[in-house]
Amino acid sequence: MAVREAEPVSSLQEVHDAGLDREDLLGIYRNLLTTRGIEERGHILYKQGKIPGSFYTGRGNEASAVGVATAMGPHDVGTPLQRAMGVHVTRGLEPWRIFAQYMGRADGPTRGRDGNVHIGDANLGLYAMVSHLPAMLPVAVGMALAFRIREEKRVAIAWCGEGASARGDAHEGMNLAGVRKLPVIFWIDNNQWAYSTPSHLEYAVEHLADRAAAYGFEGVVVDGTDVLAVYREAKRAIEKAREGGGPTLIESVTLRMEGHAVHDDAFYVPRELFEEWARRDPIERFRAWLRDHAEMTDAEEDEITSGVKRLLNESLQRAEESPLPDPGTLVAAVYAQPEELDTPHHK
Amino acid sequence: MPEKTYLQAISDGLREEMRRDQRVFVLGEDVGVYGGAFKVTLGFQEEFGPWRVIDMPLAETAILAGATGAALMGMRPVAEMQFADFVSCGWDHLVTVAAKQHFRAGTPIPIVVRLPSGGGFSGGPFHSQNPESSFAHIPGLKVVCPSTPADAKGLLLSAIEDPNPVLFCEHKHLYRRIKGDVPEERYTVPFGEARMHRHGEDVTVITWGAMVYTADEAAQRLAQEDDLSVEILDLRTIIPWDREAVLDSVRRCSKVLVLHEDTRTGGFGGEIAATIAEEAFEHLDGPVRRMAAPDSPVPFAPNLEKAFIPQVDDVVRALRELAAY
Ligand SMILES: Cc1ncc(C[n+]2csc(CCOP(=O)(O)OP(=O)(O)O)c2C)c(N)n1
Ligand SMILES: [Mg+2]
Repeated sequence: MAVREAEPVSSLQEVHDAGLDREDLLGIYRNLLTTRGIEERGHILYKQGKIPGSFYTGRGNEASAVGVATAMGPHDVGTPLQRAMGVHVTRGLEPWRIFAQYMGRADGPTRGRDGNVHIGDANLGLYAMVSHLPAMLPVAVGMALAFRIREEKRVAIAWCGEGASARGDAHEGMNLAGVRKLPVIFWIDNNQWAYSTPSHLEYAVEHLADRAAAYGFEGVVVDGTDVLAVYREAKRAIEKAREGGGPTLIESVTLRMEGHAVHDDAFYVPRELFEEWARRDPIERFRAWLRDHAEMTDAEEDEITSGVKRLLNESLQRAEESPLPDPGTLVAAVYAQPEELDTPHHK
Repeated sequence: MPEKTYLQAISDGLREEMRRDQRVFVLGEDVGVYGGAFKVTLGFQEEFGPWRVIDMPLAETAILAGATGAALMGMRPVAEMQFADFVSCGWDHLVTVAAKQHFRAGTPIPIVVRLPSGGGFSGGPFHSQNPESSFAHIPGLKVVCPSTPADAKGLLLSAIEDPNPVLFCEHKHLYRRIKGDVPEERYTVPFGEARMHRHGEDVTVITWGAMVYTADEAAQRLAQEDDLSVEILDLRTIIPWDREAVLDSVRRCSKVLVLHEDTRTGGFGGEIAATIAEEAFEHLDGPVRRMAAPDSPVPFAPNLEKAFIPQVDDVVRALRELAAY
């Protein structure tokens, strides 16, 4: 099985065939802008000294994140990572709670106990990452195992970076998924760098998607700056998994447009590479597409842009009003109580 | 004698040993071009080349098992975990292979695993842990936790010389904060010898790592405000640990606080307290006290983390209580 390189999506008709109407497209644009806006404002908050610890963004990866999340069904689940803020945004995590998380406030999804991008709201089917990469990948396989046992038509998405794909967890998870044909998608965000380490020091195959063949399922490479191509490939794979067709490994290629985290100036990335990929900015690219193919008007664009701005301003203010977490709750939070099993997610 | 930061002392010690001994090499994530997440190996790859300063894939088992294999073939690997917390990804290998290899097969595993450890700057649950107690429980591993720049260098060289796997816990909160005199020449600091950080008479604090400085501040305050004389013994190495120095200090002061940054239950402080109870019971004028982090993961929010890690005020309070007992 060779890998398949995904086609770009061009006409509006193709998009309709893939299941999106014009409103959906404008929604995608809104989610892309919101994602970038959250991270840009987070950066400012960090510089103001309001964000403790470190600060990570997914600049350049917005389309890859929003595209997959748009393709997920309401009951599907996933374990997004440090570059996938767009997944949380698309599935409806309110930005003010993301800011509260950044600042270690009581209203962040982890209530100040964990920080930065370790976000996930289980009510939205998203489960927060741990630092140890890609520890959540085999966990997503376990979620898919539950769906298979219960014969539910639900799908799990396991995110992974190209660097973290070098760890044993990735192998074990993918092997199990292949053996049992589980409804799981392995979404590898290949942004070409793992901290300062370039891809050729992380793996020796041409495409990471080549590995899928070794586990007995399909591998696809997609341009991660093309939100519609991302959406279409994700949708295909998700629906295939839902119908019992087993896993797919999708390698979404982008460039990490900033340092690993805010402390890192990425001196080791050739400037020309940044310049080249800046010309393929996923948001600008989609904006141009919307104007060319979906006749997005100035009025529509303004409405979206100013709406996002307003939302983020209000969100920041609300987050700053969120109280500090109560230190008295630390030890009590460690173990679960029986009644907590009665949440919808555990039924 | 030049004054160096704790970080510079580790870096210089490692560099000098690599110049002296061709068998020593460094492997880890981002240790080459980037110089390591904390810049301990900055400039090393320029000097020693890419085969002695190896940028590894993001794969801790490959790093630790790779080090073990190379050690079996006569090398002296110094592996870096980007953060101590990630050693859990190679736990199986360290505990199953490296720790037991000599006992079962008679072949030594001279590896050093550098572990940037500890909290204090909102690293959250996965970038703040202190792993020494977990590894102290594994026969076959040695565990080192220096607190001063001079000890950091001398213990690192001992670790490289040692024929066993050594876990070298470097406290991140000491890296750039703590400076001290570091001899230029090559020297080693032996394992199993505690360092008397501060002489005292009324109560002793047994501790290590960053907590040495927390205890020191508390001791200074109590000397001024309460006229209390606090001794501080810095264990320096956890496996092996200096029982004699601990017992001697307890016999002289008769009251003891065992202090560590790691969580309380199953923490190495329990072992120390039990040993004191067994061997110095008749010299005690009060119960052995322990102070450690509460039994929860390390929290992210600054106010939570402050409540979690023992603070100077907490140590002052505990020592006052002990003194009044
Ligand atoms: C097991 C483990 N080891 C080391 C790290 C430290 N670390 C955090 S992110 C990172 C690079 C990750 O690269 P990649 O998987 O490509 O994701 P990216 O950050 O590029 O999105 C490293 C080495 C970690 N998080 N987990
Ligand atoms: Mg990467």
